[in-house]
Amino acid sequence: MTTKVGVVVFPGSNCEQDVVEAVGTVGGSGELLWHKDTCLGDVDAVVLPGGFAHGDYLRTGAMARFSPIMGAVERFARDGGPVVGICNGFQILTEAQLLPGALYKNRGLKFLCQPAVLRVESMDSVLTRGLTVGDELNIPINHFEGNFICSERVLDQLREKNQIVFTYRDNPNGTTADIAGICNENGNVVGMMPHPERAAHPLLGSTDGALLLKGLVSGD
Amino acid sequence: MNEPLHRSLGLTDEEAEAIEKLLNRPPNHLELAMYAVMWSEHCSYKSSRLHLRRLPTEAPWVLVGPGENAGVVDVGDGIAAAIRIESHNHPSAIEPYQGAATGVGGILRDIFTMGARPIAVMDSLRFGRPEDPRSRWIAEGVVSGISGYGNAVGVPTVGGETVFDETYSGNPLVNVLCLGLMPADRLVLGQASGEGNLAVLLGASTGRDGIGGVSVLASASFGDEEEEAEKRPSVQVGDPFEEKRLIEACLALLDAGLVVGIQDLGGAGLTCATSETASRGGVGMDVDVAAVPRREPGMAPFEVLTSESQERMLAIVAPDGLDDVLAICDRWDVQASVVGRVTGGGQLRVRDGSSGPSIPASAGRSPVPAFDGPVLGELPAASLHEEAPLYDRPRRRPSDWEAARADTAGNLPPPADVGTDLLSLLSDPSWIYRQYDHMLFCNTVFGPGGDATVLRLKHPASGADTGRGLALTTDGNHHWCAVDPRTGTAMTVAEAVLNLACVGARPLALVNCLNFGNPEHPEVMWQFSEAVDGMAEACEAFGIPVVGGNVSLYNESNGHNIDPTPVIGLLGVIDSLTRVPPGLAWSDGDRVIVLGEGAPELSGSRWAASTAGHKRGRLPELDYEKHRRVAGLVAGLVADDRLSAVHDVSSGGLGVALAEMAVVSDVGFRGARIHDHAELFSEAPSRVVAAVDPELLPEVEEAAAASGVAVTRIGLATGGRFAIKGLLDLELAAIADRWRSPMSGSEDQAQ
Repeated sequence: MTTKVGVVVFPGSNCEQDVVEAVGTVGGSGELLWHKDTCLGDVDAVVLPGGFAHGDYLRTGAMARFSPIMGAVERFARDGGPVVGICNGFQILTEAQLLPGALYKNRGLKFLCQPAVLRVESMDSVLTRGLTVGDELNIPINHFEGNFICSERVLDQLREKNQIVFTYRDNPNGTTADIAGICNENGNVVGMMPHPERAAHPLLGSTDGALLLKGLVSGD
Repeated sequence: MNEPLHRSLGLTDEEAEAIEKLLNRPPNHLELAMYAVMWSEHCSYKSSRLHLRRLPTEAPWVLVGPGENAGVVDVGDGIAAAIRIESHNHPSAIEPYQGAATGVGGILRDIFTMGARPIAVMDSLRFGRPEDPRSRWIAEGVVSGISGYGNAVGVPTVGGETVFDETYSGNPLVNVLCLGLMPADRLVLGQASGEGNLAVLLGASTGRDGIGGVSVLASASFGDEEEEAEKRPSVQVGDPFEEKRLIEACLALLDAGLVVGIQDLGGAGLTCATSETASRGGVGMDVDVAAVPRREPGMAPFEVLTSESQERMLAIVAPDGLDDVLAICDRWDVQASVVGRVTGGGQLRVRDGSSGPSIPASAGRSPVPAFDGPVLGELPAASLHEEAPLYDRPRRRPSDWEAARADTAGNLPPPADVGTDLLSLLSDPSWIYRQYDHMLFCNTVFGPGGDATVLRLKHPASGADTGRGLALTTDGNHHWCAVDPRTGTAMTVAEAVLNLACVGARPLALVNCLNFGNPEHPEVMWQFSEAVDGMAEACEAFGIPVVGGNVSLYNESNGHNIDPTPVIGLLGVIDSLTRVPPGLAWSDGDRVIVLGEGAPELSGSRWAASTAGHKRGRLPELDYEKHRRVAGLVAGLVADDRLSAVHDVSSGGLGVALAEMAVVSDVGFRGARIHDHAELFSEAPSRVVAAVDPELLPEVEEAAAASGVAVTRIGLATGGRFAIKGLLDLELAAIADRWRSPMSGSEDQAQ
């Protein structure tokens, strides 16, 4: 059975086709879902892709969380379905409170599009279950608001429950504890600022992102 | 101020007379305003049209040449590429962020107007010296504007160039190129046809921003700062989220076959879009100003007709397709209003339907105006274009031309320390392109920072990988063109050809953005005409068609004309893209060679200009036959994976090329056979630095011999120093430090 990955398109999303293409290269099949829909159909996993949902107006992700489809995404996530937020998708997941914390403007107040080296910190997420803690992955970043912040209490919890999925080797944006990606307690909801779909083809310089997406489509 | 109205609108007395003759009556205020924007330099190319005709525009693969919104070429596999470059110099001088942002927005609309999805933006930027706080403010604002708009609208900015030079203080150049792809059978032209068809205005509401932008801003020079502040209301404000939805809605309308013709609203707003679509289709149009959604109350009809509010498109649709059009627009939350109707004859009639009856809205559908309101203005649609003035402005070679040519830079005193001069020419542009999303769409195999950008070519409809690639470069060199606009422009084209060769591509089509000073100065017109001739000559020699262009004149501030700056964008194809091109980074142990040869001529070089302010003499010779051989050889060696690194020799000469290669690879260089500063800094064309695995060196040398290209072994990539025997010896770390300091004094930054 090919894993069907629903990729949600908000107005302003722009990485949806890239995710569909990358999911295809690791043997899954991507399907676009419209933000005004209220059900997810028969998808096995959901990706909230990068971009500028609703123009990022007001605050990144602040309006997207009210798009009609988000009710279905929340139910799917609470039922244990795999939900991955990439970049803007991560921001939306924090706004929707499916993940803790928030994404603040980069230290330096500049947009950053550049390669990054990630360290896998947890194997308890739907993206990293096939990897090993300490693995290093080359996956680029592309954001203005990628500086993860949270309270001390939340940070302690993230550490305790093994919810920090990735850290940066060289912190590019001031993010708390070098965090690049986190998951919920069950590991089925993951948010990450780097773009795995941009590292899924040999001509793009790295195929490390494909390893993560493979984790998503191979299922349990 | 009792200035006649036509003058305050930017029309000359003669032009006003011509309008009266055309109409057989004095024009009213509205009509005069419409002529003023359409007959502006920016819209009519009245000073440049005569010369642009000399450019070669044809080739079997050209689907659409100059004159449309964008040039379109067939790139094979059933895919057509639309490409255009445009300047947004004047708005960016006034309001850097919005000026640059709306420059990106405008060029994107030119591309999706043709039915193509924009897949890449390149920007070619020129600012005053970074030490000058105002120039720095402009540079940072422009970069933020491109980043803020381009990233959010979802089109990657994949490369470009940035130059800092005194000549642009007060008058920056912001040239933006866009490339789009479409299935070759889905080409759309910006024309109206079919009497009774409706003109639907899509996108943003119309406000007072940008009124008279083309005539007031883009077609006049700058004076003092107070005057500039007064022009600020003429700069448009951009909204990338509106544009993103507009792109998706328009491409969906085209996919559904609902559009007869489509045109973006850019300079001259509705006046341009309605008259252009009508005159291209040989029809007329009734336009109801009252039907145009407005952002603010109390706007006069002339304001509605000439506003340059951003993110608007005009689609010509059949009446029975209107419901489907509105449904698609509704899905994307794009406002859509019927504002015009195609008529027979060729008259553009502006009506005011605010008091007249209109068909009532049915089920949320926007009303279709009756087009029976009083006529506010009426003119032949074609007269706004075809009757626009055409000037053969006086041209004059500078009176000191012969003396200037005799004053060679070879006579300048040699540097006290060659290494210091080399360091002064280095800087790293990554602080700029890091702010641009250059990876979106997963096409960018080789992004900013190299000789040319390389993109995977995927089919725009299916997404299927063709296994081939596209290559793009933008190039300009005002130092060369200041010394000799004709040869300098030809050398610019040649450099672009070599940039493509360095990534294994062959050229397909060229677009240009011709940035010059005040055309009313005969020496500026001479520069312009010479540059066009140089471009024509080089394009013919290389078999490259010019498929589009943009002219920006009046780049003058406080009486100072910028150095002539023709910027070109060159699109190429890579027939088999199976590996990442070698790029600039060499490996320890590589042999370093120069392919091609040239005289150690310093005139026109960046060294001469930036260390001594010298912009005279004779440029080194450009031999087209020799250049073709070098480009062909390099492209072949890259395709066959025979080089571990490659970089063309251009601005800054061999010295800068070698230093850049050393610094990006973090491996030093030990060389010889570069005897003096003239050989180090000469920018003689048709030369490439290559780094080669020692085992492959004989093969590479044989290939060069077979192509009739000279090879010089100049050294070895190795260690932590950058040393050339008898000339200089620097720590690689010192070069890296200098290179990485953002906005360091150096002026040229290829992205």
